[in-house]
Amino acid sequence: MKDGRMKSYGMACLVFLAVLCCSSWSGTASAAALDSFAGLEGTIDIAGGTAHIPVMNDAAKAIMTFNPKIRITVEGGGSGVGVQKVGEGLVSIGNTGRALSEAEIAKYGLKSYPFAVDGVAVVINPGNPVMGLSGQQVQEIFAGKIANWKEVGGKDGAIHLFTRDEASGTREVFWEKALKKGTIAANANVVPSNGAMKGAVAQDKDAIGYAGIGHVDQTVKGVVLDGVVASQDNAMNGSYPVVRKLYMNTKGEPSKLVKAFIDYILGPEGAKLIAKAGYLPLK
Amino acid sequence: MKSEKWIERVLQSAAAVSGVAIAAILILLAYFCLPLLTSQGLATVFSRQWQPFGGQFGILPMVVGSLTLACLALLLALPLAVGICTLLHVLGRGFLARLVLAFVHFMTSIPTVIYGFVSVFLLVPRLREWVAAGSGFSLLAAVLTLSLLILPTITLILQARLAQLDPALNLAAEAMGFTRVQQVRCVLLPAAARGVAVAAVLGFGRAVGDTLVSLMVAGNAAQFPDSLVASIRTLTAHIGLVLATDSQSMAYQSVFAAGLLLFLLAGVVTLLIRTAGWKHGGLSRVKHR
Repeated sequence: MKDGRMKSYGMACLVFLAVLCCSSWSGTASAAALDSFAGLEGTIDIAGGTAHIPVMNDAAKAIMTFNPKIRITVEGGGSGVGVQKVGEGLVSIGNTGRALSEAEIAKYGLKSYPFAVDGVAVVINPGNPVMGLSGQQVQEIFAGKIANWKEVGGKDGAIHLFTRDEASGTREVFWEKALKKGTIAANANVVPSNGAMKGAVAQDKDAIGYAGIGHVDQTVKGVVLDGVVASQDNAMNGSYPVVRKLYMNTKGEPSKLVKAFIDYILGPEGAKLIAKAGYLPLK
Repeated sequence: MKSEKWIERVLQSAAAVSGVAIAAILILLAYFCLPLLTSQGLATVFSRQWQPFGGQFGILPMVVGSLTLACLALLLALPLAVGICTLLHVLGRGFLARLVLAFVHFMTSIPTVIYGFVSVFLLVPRLREWVAAGSGFSLLAAVLTLSLLILPTITLILQARLAQLDPALNLAAEAMGFTRVQQVRCVLLPAAARGVAVAAVLGFGRAVGDTLVSLMVAGNAAQFPDSLVASIRTLTAHIGLVLATDSQSMAYQSVFAAGLLLFLLAGVVTLLIRTAGWKHGGLSRVKHR
């Protein structure tokens, strides 16, 4: 017991250090990447997908610090709102957590820029002997139909379900791609972030939850889903199914300033911000 | 005289600003709830199921969760607070009394997040092992943590009320041969009945309004609490969890209904206990003569 507590305490310190390192990196963001913003001025309004917000905010902060004449506003609203607003010309960039439909492209003449992959892994406690689950098993576990670990080859013990809050993009991907829009049992515990999910699952040997692949580390165990390891590589090459791409969309060709912003996100500095937010940058 | 009038004016305007702020909050909440009144909204929101992806947005489980949690926490904390106040009275003015009081003061200054954090890492795993039902994130974990959180608030208010009582009461009781504990039980507490009520209201208000503890340790499952080890979601945690959703959705609108309910709940409970407190105020008003 004591050992476990010390471990989680040590982990908290590690996480703290890691955050410290990350922030000092972004603090000294190479000026070269920001050079394209020199001499530009104007406003970029961004709205849409909530999963995008941390990346957008970090980029906006770095750019506005470099050149205070540029104003960048970032709003959420969801993918649907993102399409609508950029289509009606209310914002310069509309973010979506899905590919645009043919109808949307035709109606508004939108141009898409995919920049990141958001993959979600099923996570369990590292002390749990279960290694892999089928998609069917995962669906039944989250629906509450399978309630004991021994039914899926583990030790005897009630399964403790952990899910994410209603606003979570991670939950959306998981629910659509892994649960096939099936039900999640009403008695599932709800945690408000990827970090809280890891904390809960790392403590509880009977827990099962899910987290963004970028967040999975040695404190929790990623479950092999239908024989495919939930790794960054498998998410990138398409063999792991529980993924989606994150897109920025513009109406027609973007202005010079907006183009510079998009290039920044797609460039090496953007890739760092994307990884920091827990997603995989598209190369 | 002149400066006194000035002070009065400042205080009056401060009171007016607070009053207007509270009224503005109420009006704004009601305004945001209007869309719910027009459509079938009310029936949707005041239903028993919360399945946002299945089109069900009932917040009743959260209402029951909040009330259950706050009542149980108060039930645990109020007797403890009375006990601590009795202890303080028995100890008199000695070093020990000052130490206990200092400790209670210290408890108020611990940030809520610390209580939550410590609970997640110490209390929740213990509950999971000892109770051996559920994940430990439960009504019970939240009740224990929350009662600790509201204990110093209740204790200090009650203590202040007892200290305000007429010293003659004490002397008379002592002259009649009451022991210190009897003094508290038979004279001071009945005389300060309103103080107990006020302390309870404030404790309840703090418990029902707390977000972080319930969000961190109660489990947040949107279901009616059927046992102490059940995972529950409070209204406050519900607002915190749902606020970031699409602002056009029904889920988002249900948050304002939850806010309005919380507001009215706090208001009604305060009024109820205040009026009850006045009626049974008894001796506490005697000293003002």
